[in-house]
Amino acid sequence: MGEVFVITSGKGGVGKTTTSANIGTGLASIGKTVVMVDTDIGLRNLDVVMGLENRIVYDLVDVTQGNCRLKQALIKDKRFEGLCLLPAAQTKDKSAVMPEQMKDLCLNLKNEFDYVIIDCPAGIEGGFKNATAGADKAIVVTTPEIAAVRDADRIIGLLEAAELRNPTLIINRLRPDMVKKGDMMDIDDIIDILAIKLLGVIPEDEAIVISTNRGEPVALDMNSSAGQAYRNIAKRLTGEDIPLISWEAEEGILGKLKKIFGFKE
Amino acid sequence: MDIFGKAAGKQEPSSKSIAKERLRLVLVHDRASISPQLLENLKEDLLKVISSYMEIDELGTEVTLNSNESSVALIASIPVIKINRI
Repeated sequence: MGEVFVITSGKGGVGKTTTSANIGTGLASIGKTVVMVDTDIGLRNLDVVMGLENRIVYDLVDVTQGNCRLKQALIKDKRFEGLCLLPAAQTKDKSAVMPEQMKDLCLNLKNEFDYVIIDCPAGIEGGFKNATAGADKAIVVTTPEIAAVRDADRIIGLLEAAELRNPTLIINRLRPDMVKKGDMMDIDDIIDILAIKLLGVIPEDEAIVISTNRGEPVALDMNSSAGQAYRNIAKRLTGEDIPLISWEAEEGILGKLKKIFGFKE
Repeated sequence: MDIFGKAAGKQEPSSKSIAKERLRLVLVHDRASISPQLLENLKEDLLKVISSYMEIDELGTEVTLNSNESSVALIASIPVIKINRI
């Protein structure tokens, strides 16, 4: 029996979809079977981030309404044997899926896969309720900005109300140079305020934009610091004890990373 | 005065500490916003406990959450009719 993780944030634009794609890809790259489910009905994007947008035939709503079998709607990623995507519907009504249907779907999926990664839409309305309905664990994504942390706090409260206790936190788009100057909240500031366990920190990285342009998740880019951070998160989810990289290093991220991972200058 | 402050090496707070302080304050308010139903349940429970010690005017009772800049207070106004002799 697999495990269902929902990736959520409250605020839009903090990197839920990028995180879903890269956790999914990261887990698949270490041999796990993974299905990613896009629940952002009407505003699907996980397909383009994964580079699978041209292969969609059926979607989440087709499955819940019985227009096709579950297996028919799953898009197999050609990069990894065990990696699949269930895309969201783009043209159907948001209310087309109900939380009960999501629960059933998640049960079916975790019978087949080691990990089910659910990409939650922004907001706290129906889409959030659908995305969390069948989840076993929640991962909250935030950025070191006041608005994103505020919304993360609200989401943590709503997750608890939905019986999803002890969510873990990913801090995305951290800029060590700004942290050093005192112009960006650091990891400790955010953990201090949100009081939940840290799962990982993703540095701001141009490689994310470039890899998204290409439809290749950054977790596959061995030279990118964000890619490394995502691969570390994937390993932590499997129970491996991977220490955090110190992002506030004097020499800056790149130098530090190159040292740690033995890349040539 | 500002000029003297700067000359004496006083630094303005970093933008990060401003953000953190503002965030703290806004979260005090966010976290305190509880549903009217919850407040109603709390009121009923309060009345139950208090009425075993004194006779109170249930209709005149008011329970509210008051928040000011940096803190939140639960304010209950409960008119007492008679205190039970023990």
